[in-house]
Amino acid sequence: MNAPLLATPVPASGCDAPPILRERGQREVFCGLTGIMWLHRKIQDAFFLIVGSRTCAHLMQSAAGVMIFAEPRFATAIIEEKDLAGLADANAELDAVVERLLARRPEIRMLFLVGSCPSEVIKLDLSRAALRLGQRFAPQVRVLNYSGSGIETTFTQGEDACLTALVPILPEEPAGAQASLLVVGVLADAVEDQFRRLFAAMGITRLAFLPARRAGEMPAVGANTRYLLVQPFLGETARALENRGATRLPAPFPLGAEGTTAWLRAAADAFGVADSVFEAAIAAPRERASKALQHSRRALRGRRIFFFPDSQLEIPIARFLSRELEMELVEVGTPYLHKEHLAADLALLPAGVQLSEGQDVDRQLDRCLAAAPDITVCGLGLANPLEARGLTTKWAIELVFTPIQGFEQAGDLAELFARPLNRRAALEV
Amino acid sequence: MQLTVWTYEGPPHVGAMRIATAMTDVHYVLHAPQGDTYADLLFTMIERRGERPPVTYTTFQARDLGGDTADLFQRAAHDAYERFKPAAMLVGASCTGELIQDDPAGLARALGLPIPVIPLELPSYQRKENWGAAETFYRLVRGLAGPHMPAPGTARPARKPGEPARCNILGPTALGFRHRDDVRAVTDLLSRLGVVVNVTAPWQASAADIARLGDADFNVVLYPEIAGQAAQWLKRAFGQPTVATVPIGVGATRDFVTEVARLAGVDPAPVLADAASRLPWYSRSVDSTYLTGKRVFVFGDATHAIAAARIASEELGFKVVGLGTYSHEQARDVREAAARLGLEALITDDYLEVEAACAELQPELVLGTQMERHIAKRLGIPCAVISAPVHVQDFPARYSPQMGFEGANVIFDSWVHPLMMGLEEHLLGMFRDDFEFNDGAGSSHLGHGTKHAAGRPAPVTDAVERAPVVAAMEAPVLVAERPIVLSWAPDAELELKKIPFFVRGKARRNTEKFAGERGISPITVETLYDAKAHFGR
Ligand code: SF4
Repeated sequence: MNAPLLATPVPASGCDAPPILRERGQREVFCGLTGIMWLHRKIQDAFFLIVGSRTCAHLMQSAAGVMIFAEPRFATAIIEEKDLAGLADANAELDAVVERLLARRPEIRMLFLVGSCPSEVIKLDLSRAALRLGQRFAPQVRVLNYSGSGIETTFTQGEDACLTALVPILPEEPAGAQASLLVVGVLADAVEDQFRRLFAAMGITRLAFLPARRAGEMPAVGANTRYLLVQPFLGETARALENRGATRLPAPFPLGAEGTTAWLRAAADAFGVADSVFEAAIAAPRERASKALQHSRRALRGRRIFFFPDSQLEIPIARFLSRELEMELVEVGTPYLHKEHLAADLALLPAGVQLSEGQDVDRQLDRCLAAAPDITVCGLGLANPLEARGLTTKWAIELVFTPIQGFEQAGDLAELFARPLNRRAALEV
Repeated sequence: MQLTVWTYEGPPHVGAMRIATAMTDVHYVLHAPQGDTYADLLFTMIERRGERPPVTYTTFQARDLGGDTADLFQRAAHDAYERFKPAAMLVGASCTGELIQDDPAGLARALGLPIPVIPLELPSYQRKENWGAAETFYRLVRGLAGPHMPAPGTARPARKPGEPARCNILGPTALGFRHRDDVRAVTDLLSRLGVVVNVTAPWQASAADIARLGDADFNVVLYPEIAGQAAQWLKRAFGQPTVATVPIGVGATRDFVTEVARLAGVDPAPVLADAASRLPWYSRSVDSTYLTGKRVFVFGDATHAIAAARIASEELGFKVVGLGTYSHEQARDVREAAARLGLEALITDDYLEVEAACAELQPELVLGTQMERHIAKRLGIPCAVISAPVHVQDFPARYSPQMGFEGANVIFDSWVHPLMMGLEEHLLGMFRDDFEFNDGAGSSHLGHGTKHAAGRPAPVTDAVERAPVVAAMEAPVLVAERPIVLSWAPDAELELKKIPFFVRGKARRNTEKFAGERGISPITVETLYDAKAHFGR
């Protein structure tokens, strides 16, 4: 610790890599618990039990924005004074909570015990708890654990931690199996289906998605698995998959027509798909994507955009906005920059772009206000205050909650940025 | 450990934020991990504030633990002072900060800042948001007004003749349920009584304002769960009496006016005579007859729940069938209010328990928080929101107080609108098979009617029809102890469907109770009507 608060631009490794401003001050980003917001809808028979404080429970309900009408598949086991004072054995308490929960939700097949800052600080060992409870509730319910704590994870890293926890339980591909493709990262179901059709059209049929929609359908992995990441924040998941023998297919992330094409091509190349087959498979949707972008390009071309760090999607999105919509990048902030996984996207950024990693929110606000960008991408705590200062903003969280990957969503992604600008232009009050 | 799906209150440091954010020049330095910054969005998104809350978080990380977090706190406090130049600073820790035991109070003191620094000890694993707000406000008042306290035993100087009485309005915070509008309504009322408002706090108050709280003759406490403790201290320190009546509802507003007038030495008659509320007449007008005896379930914070119960029973002629609160600190008051209505209060912060109670009672109207709005929606019961926790909808663009005579008007409208209008209710009972005019259609004035397109074949399918009631009875999450589900003869089942949906749940429950007690199975049309006669509705 004690890194100087004064941020200094340090050149990233590599001669043509853009300079990165590294900051360590107040971060205004959610913790990894928030990933449960989408994970609990994706894996339909999984439940997420946060072992944390009232703050964690309150975060979950506030970050949801509105309370969800359907009973959520997440809850918090709130640590109380007596758990801390050792009056109650925290493990016994946790077991009782899990028992009550599983009795109420008999359809649950997978239970994630999710660690939080308080559970980490008091060193409540959730991996042992998961083992113990897993034995107790086997074979009905599989019990896994990961940490979504704010001292260890930032926002989308919660998904990374969750998927990492899944990797050890994935079935083993037989050694002699044919090569298979694994698509890694939570996608909207509709987007997943689109990709499935595209890969099928290329003849890639040994295909699976992680996570699967059901606990019992998690894909197999082995030495012949090639995987494509759909998200740039899956560093640990990737590492765990590599440990199981899988190989990553490097590619830009599938945002926009260009990104999606290159991402699909990485798979096509690895699986020896003929150019003509590849072209035939993607020509129509790529064409639709380019068309869909034209509309928003009018609103976005030449506009200056500033990114506060939030979801780690900032770099591929900035690449998309600068190359396909001709926007100008003022600053692209990201909570954490995974250089290896982002290499293809970074290479496509315009020369000299200002990147920043980490945050000192007050300083960054100073820079943003001084730069007066046309549109600012930021978290919910900053958006209205910036709007009140006359800036136009886009909530970063919407980029995580909206299907944005793939050809058919390229137009929607652009529209997310065009809408605030169009709205501002339309209002005369 | 407590299993929690939704919570009524946030952690205590969120209560402290509500105080700091309400004020103009106080900054809060909070020792907390980065995820805790979510709390900002409560203010910027739910309340739509155009400014960030005045809070600096240290956002320590795992790698900081084991040594340098204290230093991090000091730097954050120092930088916050330099950047924001507040007139006073609050320092404290969130739940995780509390565990690492860095002593924010001592660390801040060591910085020697040239402003008052008020340390907050908010035990996160025992206490909640409202308690945190109350404690913070109390600490601020003690810390800033304390130095101006007269010597013990000094009598309050008498007001000069002809000089108007002065009072403080205490309790309104940021993110409060209609606090913004209640302040205006109460200020209005006071000015009509000729009472001058010395300070309103913490709402838009400065640290200097808090320091001069002692100048007032008495205190008006709008939200006892937030300002009760501070008012007690002010009473001891400055001899200021407290107006304890919360003016929600016509009766309570009249009591409030009378109490204030007595303390201020003015005549309440002109203000009381001025029929500023339409509620009494609207409630007496014949179209309101259909409100008589409507079964209502009330749940919220203590202040609003108690007030709602009184309005419901005395001013609208409803029958309160359930009353409860999540405010354990004020449980006694709610128990007393419930006892007056012949009920046992439901004191719980477990949303599932409230849901079970509501499903069991099958009220015709729910008066609750946003949580009960969801419960009611699921059970197919109309609902009006009376209390925090707040939602973006609880910050309406229009002036919409709960307090004073205008507040009573607002309450009349917002509680009566979700209900089916009188004649509509009758027609629905008579002609339920009309394919365009049925349960699913909802009441005409709520604009839900278009949900089911005309031409839908009648009668609607059983599954859809019974959905709310079935959900109430069969969803495992709803009811801890499932009611005994007796078998129904098909014709009795059909007959039950002819009962309007808003009383159907009750009819089903009563009939099953009746049949269960008499060992009747299956339930026939006869049983249904026998039960109806027995329960006399
Ligand atoms: S930052 Fe830590 S304490 Fe705060 S909500 Fe996230 S996990 Fe809970």
